[in-house]
Amino acid sequence: MTEAADFETLVRRALAPVEPPEELAQHLENRLVELTELAAEELESWELSAMRDPRNWARPMAAAVGGTAAAAALFVVQARRRRNTRRPPPAQRFLGAAERALRDAAQDALRAVTRER
Amino acid sequence: MLPAISDKARLDAEFSDLYRRHLRDVYSYAYYRVGNHHDAEDLTEQTFLQAYRHFERAQRESEGRPLRPWLIRIAHNLAANFYRDRARRPEAAIEDAGIISAPHDTESLVEGRDELARILAGVQELPDDRREALIMRFALGMDNREIARAMGRSDGATKVLIHRAIRQLEGIVEEG
Repeated sequence: MTEAADFETLVRRALAPVEPPEELAQHLENRLVELTELAAEELESWELSAMRDPRNWARPMAAAVGGTAAAAALFVVQARRRRNTRRPPPAQRFLGAAERALRDAAQDALRAVTRER
Repeated sequence: MLPAISDKARLDAEFSDLYRRHLRDVYSYAYYRVGNHHDAEDLTEQTFLQAYRHFERAQRESEGRPLRPWLIRIAHNLAANFYRDRARRPEAAIEDAGIISAPHDTESLVEGRDELARILAGVQELPDDRREALIMRFALGMDNREIARAMGRSDGATKVLIHRAIRQLEGIVEEG
């Protein structure tokens, strides 16, 4: 091995990869799931006026279902680290929020159509 | 409607995959940039939150290329803001997590520990771009092309940068 290669080996050892703390991974995964929760809550505040136009109905529906898939994907990341807590896991909380948003959007749309008639 | 839903699900699954594969890379980069675990955790968190917000666009524009350089570039920009906002430089005495976590036998640990510590201290003395290039090369195992993309340089310029960084570091260590 040449001197230069020797030195590079030393640099590689000095700059060894650093494992992130377990708490960081868990905290970060929670934050990512919260982001999908926020997206679902935005759906809940979708303006009723926009829902009078049937062309807008697809958007909250798609976002809610897509958001559910997002939470499911992130849930896979969390699965290994989930701990037992009194609070439901973030993915489950998100699934509930997404379902509520979807249900509310459908009800609002129905009411808007009923009033139009 | 269905294609949009499947696209969103695919994007989220790919982001999860990106996160799992590169959490250690981003953390290692952040750690060697800021020199302590506390700030490295903050920087890592902000990097992934920002990446999540812009992931769809990054996917679209990457044309199938690996996204690790994009992630590291986000971390780089956040680290630059970190120093600008707090008007400070990396701590001179970086915590020796790299030395501790690297696999060593007892003999090499005793013989090499001082030398590795001198190298780490030397890395902190390098100009920013050279230090970053070495972190990406050795801590993250990135090749020249990936480093070039992360730093916004050509492959050739990156190769020269890394070569000079190693030679300068060698000089610093020998002088010390």
